[in-house]
Amino acid sequence: MAYSVNKQTLPVKPSGAFYWLTQNTLTGMARRKALAGYLFILPTFLGILIFTAGPVLFSFGLSFFSWDVISPAKFLGIDNYTRLWNDPVATSSFRNTVVFVLIAVSLQLTLSLLLAVAVTQKRMAKWLRLIFRSIFFLPLLTSGATIAIVISYMFQQDFGPINYYLGQLGLGHVRWLNSTQWSLIAIVITYVWHQLGFTFIVFLGGLGNISSDVLDAADVDGARGLGRLWFVTLPLLSPTLLFAGVVAVINALQVFNEPYVMTSGGPGDSSRTVVMVIQRSAFQNQEFGYASSIAVLLFLVILGVTGVQFWLGKKLVFYQ
Amino acid sequence: MLSSVNAKTVRPQGSILGDKVRSRFSFVLSLLLLIIMSIITLAPIVWAIGTSLRKPTDSFILPPQWIPLNPIWSNYSEVFDTIPYLQYLWNSTFVVVGILIGQLITATLAGYAFARLPFPFKGFLFWIILATLMIPILSTIIPVFVLISQLHLADTHASLIIPAWPTAFGTFLLRQYFMGISNEYEEAAVIDGANQFQVFYRVYLPLAAPGMAILAVLSFNAYWNDFFRPLIFLTSPDKFTLPLGMVSLFGINGTGSISVILAGVLLSLIPVFLVYLVGQRYLVQGITMGGLKG
Repeated sequence: MAYSVNKQTLPVKPSGAFYWLTQNTLTGMARRKALAGYLFILPTFLGILIFTAGPVLFSFGLSFFSWDVISPAKFLGIDNYTRLWNDPVATSSFRNTVVFVLIAVSLQLTLSLLLAVAVTQKRMAKWLRLIFRSIFFLPLLTSGATIAIVISYMFQQDFGPINYYLGQLGLGHVRWLNSTQWSLIAIVITYVWHQLGFTFIVFLGGLGNISSDVLDAADVDGARGLGRLWFVTLPLLSPTLLFAGVVAVINALQVFNEPYVMTSGGPGDSSRTVVMVIQRSAFQNQEFGYASSIAVLLFLVILGVTGVQFWLGKKLVFYQ
Repeated sequence: MLSSVNAKTVRPQGSILGDKVRSRFSFVLSLLLLIIMSIITLAPIVWAIGTSLRKPTDSFILPPQWIPLNPIWSNYSEVFDTIPYLQYLWNSTFVVVGILIGQLITATLAGYAFARLPFPFKGFLFWIILATLMIPILSTIIPVFVLISQLHLADTHASLIIPAWPTAFGTFLLRQYFMGISNEYEEAAVIDGANQFQVFYRVYLPLAAPGMAILAVLSFNAYWNDFFRPLIFLTSPDKFTLPLGMVSLFGINGTGSISVILAGVLLSLIPVFLVYLVGQRYLVQGITMGGLKG
């Protein structure tokens, strides 16, 4: 016992190649923590460099080349972009996608907002609220591609249930999937059906964060119904609206599954979207450079639209 | 304050009775909207169930039969006889489980480091990872495909699993969780002689279980339903995942065996549905945090 106490009082000389790391001091501990930190983030960081950050830069560079992977890449300058400008399939796919986004996102946001407000009404019984919430959540669990199979059958022109009920209402047969004027609409309907639950859930969260004091005060001041929704609830919900709007637009700009499964972009190119053109150019025609230039353009559109939305948000969003 | 007192005494619009009628009217109106939208939301699923329980020849019977009067189950056994359904099911399970394990390991490690370990350039490195959250898959898919081909991983399940491991959202999510845990635990563990990995693994990891559950449930949902990546990375039908397998059959068979395809589609919903029943809370929380992939 006495011996060990004596030994501890002796000064210990630093030794060993890893003394800087193993020394039992605060500095040594800080170094150990820093080393652990770097080791812990290494898999994620390397992975993101290899599979996300690197590819974005690579794809930007690739958009100035012609490359089919097999033969060596050829530098083209901005030729891919001028080709894109003059390619009627690519330009019409951008037009289709913009039209799609405008209709689908406004429909999605309006409907899900109305549903969220309706479901959170004070008079709504708790069990009823739970049932509605579960129902609107259901489509989120399905795969956009497989549900597009089901809805394609329902859109079937002669024997599908949708046209049957339209016929009963005297609205006649709509050639949903094989007419140029309806194909994109059919895809909007399918897409909104699938995505509605997402913004609905986000709005429910946002509405839950609005303090009931404010709404009660508005009630006392005589603001009710649509008036209260427009002048009180919406401004308070505007940060959530901005978030939901940004995410909904980013997702919709990349629509692929529904048109791929339901119409293959047809008839003609009437429902061909930008991502469909990218997928075909790259993975069917092996034009990786050209496909990259379309992908870069779509990425810039996404960045631009998101920027504009945040800029508008700065002016319009009301933070409590 | 003053104005609200005034308003209470004056009641600017309508009588109390008028307000009651109006509020009941708006309640009925919104209930009507909720019911109509519920019917529209449920219709495809109910129609698919009904059709999967009818003879294939009765698929498009008019008027539509929503509830099959004489349900037959043969379409469901046919799913396993005529389609390599078990193969698809196994492929989907293998891919999703492989992704989940990798994501949970990498995201908990990185999330813990960013939350609790001090090291130089931490803020900058975290910012880089966060910035990639914005990058859509279509901006990376072409180079990743080229890389996968160069590594001779094209048409393998590894090509779907490995690129999905690093997750910026998961790292962000778990960092939030680790930041919320008190550091008294750490001090106690260090006094007991635990090293950095033991502190992470024994002390903090169990406490971050809810964050891991959110990531697991969200990723399960996203990758079980993923169609785009399997379509691009896989070519041999025996490697197809469920959504890709079902869509390829839909394309080949046209209108031939609708009821069998629908039975297959419905069966493929069951695993996600079960996960939802168990982890509904986590899924909702994750979606609200913005972790849903289209």
